[in-house]
Amino acid sequence: MFSIRAAAYSYSESGTPALDGVDLEIEQGEWVALVGANGSGKSTLAKICNALLAPTQGTCFVMGLDASDPQNTSAIRQNVALVFQNPEDQIVASIVEEDVAFGPENLGLPPDEIRRRVDRALLLTDLELYRARGSYSLSGGQKQRLALAGALALEPDALLLDESTSMLDPEGRDSFLSCLGELNRRGMTILQITHRMEEAALAGRIVVMESGRVAWDGPPPDFFDGGYLRWSFEEPPEMALHHALLTRGLIPQGTKPGVEDMLEALCL
Amino acid sequence: MPIVADNISYAYNVGTSAESVALRGVSFTVERGEWVSVVGHTGSGKSTLAQHLNLLLTPRSGSVSIDGAEAKPGSGESRVARRRVGLVFQYPETQFFAETVRAEIEFAPSNWGVSGGALKACVDEAVSASGLDPALLESNPFALSGGQRRRVAIASVIAMRPDYLVLDEPTAGLDAAGIRELIQFLSGVRDAGLGVVQVTHDLRSALSYSDRILVLENGSRVVSGTPEFVARHIIDNPVRGLVIPPVVRFADALRKKGMNVPLICEVDEMVRAIGIYKERNKKCGS
Repeated sequence: MFSIRAAAYSYSESGTPALDGVDLEIEQGEWVALVGANGSGKSTLAKICNALLAPTQGTCFVMGLDASDPQNTSAIRQNVALVFQNPEDQIVASIVEEDVAFGPENLGLPPDEIRRRVDRALLLTDLELYRARGSYSLSGGQKQRLALAGALALEPDALLLDESTSMLDPEGRDSFLSCLGELNRRGMTILQITHRMEEAALAGRIVVMESGRVAWDGPPPDFFDGGYLRWSFEEPPEMALHHALLTRGLIPQGTKPGVEDMLEALCL
Repeated sequence: MPIVADNISYAYNVGTSAESVALRGVSFTVERGEWVSVVGHTGSGKSTLAQHLNLLLTPRSGSVSIDGAEAKPGSGESRVARRRVGLVFQYPETQFFAETVRAEIEFAPSNWGVSGGALKACVDEAVSASGLDPALLESNPFALSGGQRRRVAIASVIAMRPDYLVLDEPTAGLDAAGIRELIQFLSGVRDAGLGVVQVTHDLRSALSYSDRILVLENGSRVVSGTPEFVARHIIDNPVRGLVIPPVVRFADALRKKGMNVPLICEVDEMVRAIGIYKERNKKCGS
């Protein structure tokens, strides 16, 4: 789906490069979590995957198309949807359903097809009740779901999500993530930028960015097996608790980190 | 002297088919030197409440007073209110417009007529308070990373020298290190005597760091009080969109076994309490 070779990108000629030689292959149907500190190049990489930026060095091929060739831009954008960090950046219409219809309308689809896609996107994002509401009267989390609905209405093959759950409450995040899971099972490729380790754990693969390069790449269990501490990601407190109980021999090896699992193993 | 919101109600798009009630008779107080978190589900009215605190919105009914003076729009007090209550929006960095970080931070105080050495002092103070690297002052704000931009945005509000700082989802999009630094910064300004209001959906951080918490659900107040009190209430009466952090549930289970740990506590405290408990009642395997 994405084939990135030695890609580099600088926002200005003098500054430090945002990407500094990235090699990354992502297959169709994969769900990849892209993690790393602020400024490590995650968002830049996502923009390159969507042909929003062209690498200053190296190459990025999307579905076999060279993303640096302007002739391929429109084909790439139709198949690879990018959902930004801040939903306000991509809401264009004043009414929810009109905003979702904007993408399909621009593709020149027939009205029936547009309606079908809008209905489906609103259903998937749990926004049906809000379809006639003003886009700008929605809360932050609702706007974030609206931005996702707008992307889904394009029915893309791949979804690039840049911190797209940052404003959702825990319930909203759970429903957003289970929606992603469902889309992924149906074959959608997902590249998800996140700071939340609980979310990264749901992906099939974790890629760690550091100073514009890929610093680690592998499956979540290997990452959480202590490896992530090297990059100073926040350890969820329940993982810290699990670790502390194991180290002190209060729970047997192999106990899962869930609250109930740990309590049961403690045999209080 | 506090900000007091007394029984305020607000609705968007009044009189149209899209009318939606955002706040229903909410009362709220924040004192100087206190950190209050406002939590609730998406659409619970958190941001709407925050925007009332500096008169960006005015209540349909009820009142907001700042340090004892009722704040009404268009009045002299409203100008003063805007200056006293610094509001940091969600994703504040999207509102940058200046070419350098310095110009961005100078904008608000220079609008208030501050100039020359006093303006420079305002900027320096804001930069140091927000932990921004002074070397970045001449940089283009758009060339900074997400964490740095957030800090510039907060510094530009701090430069007005407000008495209260109201932040809407200030940690959204920050990495773990950025969140830690921001929390340290907010504790610092609280300790320096500012009133801090943090709107967040992150119950875990609200329970860990704030002095008091207000919980909203569908525009109404559900409960407010100390983190311990609020956690207790939410465990016993679940609130839409809020999930009790796993470690708090764990602490609650330990307390039910008679262990003497607070609901909001460190992992070490819990592990120590379990060790003592186990010594005392050797049940398993004995």
